[in-house]
Amino acid sequence: MAEKFEPKIVAFLCNWCTYTGADLAGTSRIQYPPNVRIIRLMCSGSVDPTYVLKPLLDGVDGVLVGGCHPGDCHYQSGNYKARRRIIALKEIIKNAGFDEERVWLRWISASEGQRFAETVTKMTEFLREKGPNPMRQKWAV
Amino acid sequence: MDPQPRIGVYICHCGVNIAATVDVKAVAEFAATLPGVTVARDYLYMCSDPGQRLIQEDIKAHNLNRVVVASCSPRMHEPTFRGAGEQAGLNPYLVEMANIREQCAWVHSDRGLATDKAKWLVASVVAKAARLEPLEAREVGVTPEALVIGGGVAGMTAALDIAEAGFPVYLVERSDHLGGRVADLNRIFPTLERVADLLGPLTERVQSHPNITVLLNTEVTQVEGYVGNFEVTVRGVEEPLGVGALVIATGYDVFNPRRKPELGYGQYPNVITSLEMEHRLAAAEESGPEVLAVNGRLPKKVAFIQCVGSRDVQLGHPYCSRVCCMYTAKQSRLVRELLPEAEVTVFYMDVRTFAKGAEEFYDEARKKRVLYRRGMVSEIYRRGERVILAGEDTLLGRPFDFEADLVVLAVGMEPRADAAELSSLLKLPRSSDGFFLEIHPKMRPVDTAVDGVFLAGCCQGPKDIPDTIAQAKAAASSALIPLLRGTVPAESATAVVDVEMCAGCGMCVEVCPYGAADLDALWNVSRINPVLCKGCGACAATCPSKAIRLQHFTPDQVLAQVDALLG
Repeated sequence: MAEKFEPKIVAFLCNWCTYTGADLAGTSRIQYPPNVRIIRLMCSGSVDPTYVLKPLLDGVDGVLVGGCHPGDCHYQSGNYKARRRIIALKEIIKNAGFDEERVWLRWISASEGQRFAETVTKMTEFLREKGPNPMRQKWAV
Repeated sequence: MDPQPRIGVYICHCGVNIAATVDVKAVAEFAATLPGVTVARDYLYMCSDPGQRLIQEDIKAHNLNRVVVASCSPRMHEPTFRGAGEQAGLNPYLVEMANIREQCAWVHSDRGLATDKAKWLVASVVAKAARLEPLEAREVGVTPEALVIGGGVAGMTAALDIAEAGFPVYLVERSDHLGGRVADLNRIFPTLERVADLLGPLTERVQSHPNITVLLNTEVTQVEGYVGNFEVTVRGVEEPLGVGALVIATGYDVFNPRRKPELGYGQYPNVITSLEMEHRLAAAEESGPEVLAVNGRLPKKVAFIQCVGSRDVQLGHPYCSRVCCMYTAKQSRLVRELLPEAEVTVFYMDVRTFAKGAEEFYDEARKKRVLYRRGMVSEIYRRGERVILAGEDTLLGRPFDFEADLVVLAVGMEPRADAAELSSLLKLPRSSDGFFLEIHPKMRPVDTAVDGVFLAGCCQGPKDIPDTIAQAKAAASSALIPLLRGTVPAESATAVVDVEMCAGCGMCVEVCPYGAADLDALWNVSRINPVLCKGCGACAATCPSKAIRLQHFTPDQVLAQVDALLG
């Protein structure tokens, strides 16, 4: 690893709030690191546990799940479901000997382009500090 | 359906919007190497007619069964490209978009890194596209009625237009009368007509219109549903009101100058707001200029201070309130006419007279010897019966002390204190200044993030009466679209159950917010009603047997996206 480590982040964003917030960051031309790759889902409540676990096992450095603020879910309560699921998932990740700090759940509304950009910037810096996901090397033959 | 994916990938330059940051040719070349891709091209504007034709011709020439367009946000042009695909005989759900503008070109500046990211975003969507399934387009009926929140000029105008088109409208107003903030005014610029003469007939038409139900002294407490079929609960009305579209016209709050205590409002009788001045000018028309007296004497020196609560970053009001320059010109002119002996001075930052006839009106005020002095007043304090305005003349670059008998603060507009409530009720985003957020500041100033909900008037941002009425009429015509069509597209990407896998545990029934999931009494397996399902996917993520799939967002598709991102 001669090059500077650049983390890879996969982001699962809900269509109605955080994905739209990320669009607003774009229309407002707010710059943030290119380390994040966004996958659009309809709701944070549809984030299956495997969506978080698979990237981590495959060596992704961080997983960001973005949903609407509590009370603002387009589907009434999907974000609460996401919150419970991520809490449980983090517990499992920790007990399995992985680093649960690589999974972030954040509420970012459609009007919070700035907050989206800040979240990605912070997460990128945090993961740069933390270093690569050890699963990367383990799977490399 | 052909089992082998034949994917066409189209990389949009968006003029220079994408091409300036992303090497679109390199992305197209990369896309051509991806599994399942038959043809990959780049083009100046994919959304243009020739751009869409390019896709359609390729679909026919190369027998494409999937299309990926890498351009702007799908929230912008997904309907465009799905429509283009459909015209060429492709199921619209076999068209997918990669967002390389909002989420790549516009937020990164390093061309190399942005190009790299764009490639992986395209790869990810291509991987999903290979696994897409065709879905059936569905439509649901529309309740052919509308509801307008706010009974000011904006709300009344919108209600009237919808009613005139032949649809019933509910007009919900919190106070006990129609007219809103405009009812508080006396005369309007630039015609100096009396508000009562204009508002009276408008209110009369609204109240007597057979299609309009005016609900006063009440408010909306709950909004459920979606475009075409909203259920709106109004306090005091027993049944929820079923409507197809909503117009939000809740207006603004007037800035309270007590939040700038240095101006002495509420402390000295010499300092009043422009709204109080409006009332005094109305009274003066009835009973003579004596009502303008301060401490028992007619004022000899009158000062107006503009931008009180506007263009003030410290207050969190960086915006211009857009009406104060003109109503100050109006009031100062009227004072000159009522008190020809008085000296009238306006302190301003800039004079903004953009409305039709406004510049001419301002010229007229200066011809009537209203003095304009460029400078902001930082403090007002008392000297005897008068007050002293301390500030800086920004043309001379010198501080001044200015004595006055009467000071009028040109207070601006701010978002209503209860805007947050309505925002969460309707899930309506607000911009950083607190006003309701339109989808696009230039191209879609009336639409909101919530389909079927439209904005009119100052709830979206400060504006004068003609702009308010123009926006209200625009909101009304947008609201009429679903009402006139009679149907709106329904969610096709619903959840489906594999009954062979279902164990009948009923967890999907518990998590479904719409009551769309139900256990079949005979077979004890889950059934999802596609009419009620909104496609949130909560059941699919919850199902312990993985018997439920959310169509168009299946684990197979999503995990393929993840794999492709890793390269």
